[in-house]
Amino acid sequence: MSLENLLIELSEASGVSGHEDAVSRIVAREMEPFADEISYSRLGSVIALKRATRTRRHKSRASQSPKLLFEAHIDEIGLMVTALDRGVIRFVAVGSFDPRVLLAQDVLVHGRETLPGIIGARPPHVLTAEERGKPVPLNDLFIDVGLSDARLRALVSVGDTITIDRRVSRLCNGRFAGKAFDDRCAVVAVIEALKQLSQVEHGWDIYAVANVQEEHGTFYPGAFTSTFQVRPDVAIALDVTHAEQPGMSAVNAVALGKGPGLALGPNIHHTVHTKLMQVARSREIPHQITAYAGSTGTDAWAMQVVSTGIPTGLLDLPLRYMHTSVETIALADIEYSARLLAAFSAELDESFYRDLQVETKMVARGATVSRRRMTGGKHQ
Amino acid sequence: MLLEKLSNARGVSGDEARVRELIIDAISDRVDEYRVDSLGNLITLKRAATRGARRNAPTVLLAAHMDEVGLLIVHVEADGRLRFSKVGGIDDRVLPSKVFHIGENKIAGVIGMKPRHGLKAAEMDKVIEADDLSLDIGAHSREDALSVVQIGDYATFATEFARIGNGLVRGKALDDRAGCALLVDLLSEEYPFDLYGLFTVQEEVGLRGARVAAFTLDVDAAFVLEATVCDDSPKEKDVSPTTRLGYGPAITLADPTLMADPRLVKLLIATASENKIPYQVKQPMIGGTDAGRLHLAREGVPGVAVSVPTRYLHSPAALLSLRDYRNTLRLMRATLPRLARGLTPVI
Repeated sequence: MSLENLLIELSEASGVSGHEDAVSRIVAREMEPFADEISYSRLGSVIALKRATRTRRHKSRASQSPKLLFEAHIDEIGLMVTALDRGVIRFVAVGSFDPRVLLAQDVLVHGRETLPGIIGARPPHVLTAEERGKPVPLNDLFIDVGLSDARLRALVSVGDTITIDRRVSRLCNGRFAGKAFDDRCAVVAVIEALKQLSQVEHGWDIYAVANVQEEHGTFYPGAFTSTFQVRPDVAIALDVTHAEQPGMSAVNAVALGKGPGLALGPNIHHTVHTKLMQVARSREIPHQITAYAGSTGTDAWAMQVVSTGIPTGLLDLPLRYMHTSVETIALADIEYSARLLAAFSAELDESFYRDLQVETKMVARGATVSRRRMTGGKHQ
Repeated sequence: MLLEKLSNARGVSGDEARVRELIIDAISDRVDEYRVDSLGNLITLKRAATRGARRNAPTVLLAAHMDEVGLLIVHVEADGRLRFSKVGGIDDRVLPSKVFHIGENKIAGVIGMKPRHGLKAAEMDKVIEADDLSLDIGAHSREDALSVVQIGDYATFATEFARIGNGLVRGKALDDRAGCALLVDLLSEEYPFDLYGLFTVQEEVGLRGARVAAFTLDVDAAFVLEATVCDDSPKEKDVSPTTRLGYGPAITLADPTLMADPRLVKLLIATASENKIPYQVKQPMIGGTDAGRLHLAREGVPGVAVSVPTRYLHSPAALLSLRDYRNTLRLMRATLPRLARGLTPVI
């Protein structure tokens, strides 16, 4: 399947945090031809294992190859039914929604059947100037599925999830707009990287993971638990970041279509970042730099502190209008991210594994740390 | 289904040609004459069936408007974003996070907004005005954008027609493509008088088409077929829903543009009662229709509006009941033949 078609299928699938089955089925189907094993974590994340194909020269650790985990999250922000009120549905948000994006949206209510509906907007004819001047608060919004109260109660229950009903739009210049590109565009890159790895040799075991529940809360339950299950030597998260758009300063945004951001900051392991930079440069893959003073707001934040700690990196895919239903991306950024991720994975070798270990030892002794840092990508 | 084709067709006020072509295809073999006037109104004439026609039979007008609310591209920014003006009454609050189709080539564009991640709470309490929004078509620059769109292109909501719920349909522009579809259906009947079927332009920007067409036609009675406000969602205070979905055609008594002719209202209500067709009276003084202009033509024309209750008018997707649609059709079919003798004089 082409990247474009996979992007469309994944975006249009429904999977609010905690209810990702429809998406995980697509992901498992797409990963299966390129994986040695497919499994699911206890919380529902999809884990594809592709074993190392290159023989290790130094079998220092029994016969085990080092493990690389790369991941993206498959859940999306959505809504949940809180009450059935005189024939309409009242709801809350699952994940961070600006209520202003919700008015007059088409939705799918995932009840006993999937019901198309509308978040109703009262017509301008009956609104006062005062009403038009204020956003409709979430509590006053309602969903109309065109059923009687009795029929509605038979088909929909409190706790059912609701997604925006939105087809992908093709814009100019290989750009696309749709819902749930956060983070399904990165899921496409993860699958594509796994596919590209079937064409090359690689010395590490590769775990391509599609995690659940990133959008729910700040503890990243999907990534936190599946990463513990795998306990990789290196973990790379792929998530979206703000692309330049009206009203957003370039200080906080990257360019659309010019490659993934390679993140820096306390969440990111310096050696991992440096290696990503080296690979991007040597393969001439467009890339940018992003920097976060604290949490990156991604699964990387959770994975870094799994078990005894995991060297973690982050590829940031540029995206406009985050958490709306017209999230906009450039297909090229998915291609660049997949190529970089596959090349990075294939280049991991014994010496990189030792680098990670050596640095740990050096840090413990407090020696030559600054010299190693100075050879890092950011300062080259 | 004609209503589906009409709803999906794109025709913002001033750009009704696509809709008009669809309608001409549908009616050309059902009417005796048709023509398009200088504003773009489609005027059709169906002559009285010879049997049953009376010498002093009236001339009756049925009208529906072809145009829909939408956007007009007025400027292209250096970075390729399109600035727009609203055509017709659209609540600014329904615009963000929607998809539009722009211009002849149906270029897709989206109205994005700042992600909530960087917003302060006070910002989220504000409505983003249309002037502060723009359409993103994925263009790199002004020149890039102008290679596919131009200033003056119209944009429509990208909503596709669908059946939902219990016998309802969802679509853009049901206001007033529902009226257009009803009128096409009514033109397949025979009548004992000359009947003009009028499909107007520019209703949404001030009932413009109806004004000139009414002057041209010189008729004895006028019915406007509309999709009207239906605001029947549950509310904390008990306020009138204007009309209610599923309760039959809504008959206008009075709105800001029209005092409906009492004889026509009485005829409609009597016909509905005798034929056991459900009907409702539209709450007075809300909205306005082409009847507001038609009844002022020349020396004046008795006029009334009969509407299909429609939720979420002027938003990306409206909702109406096919049962209401069919009952509106039944009511008009049963009422019109009763006009064969004309209206009784006012005095």
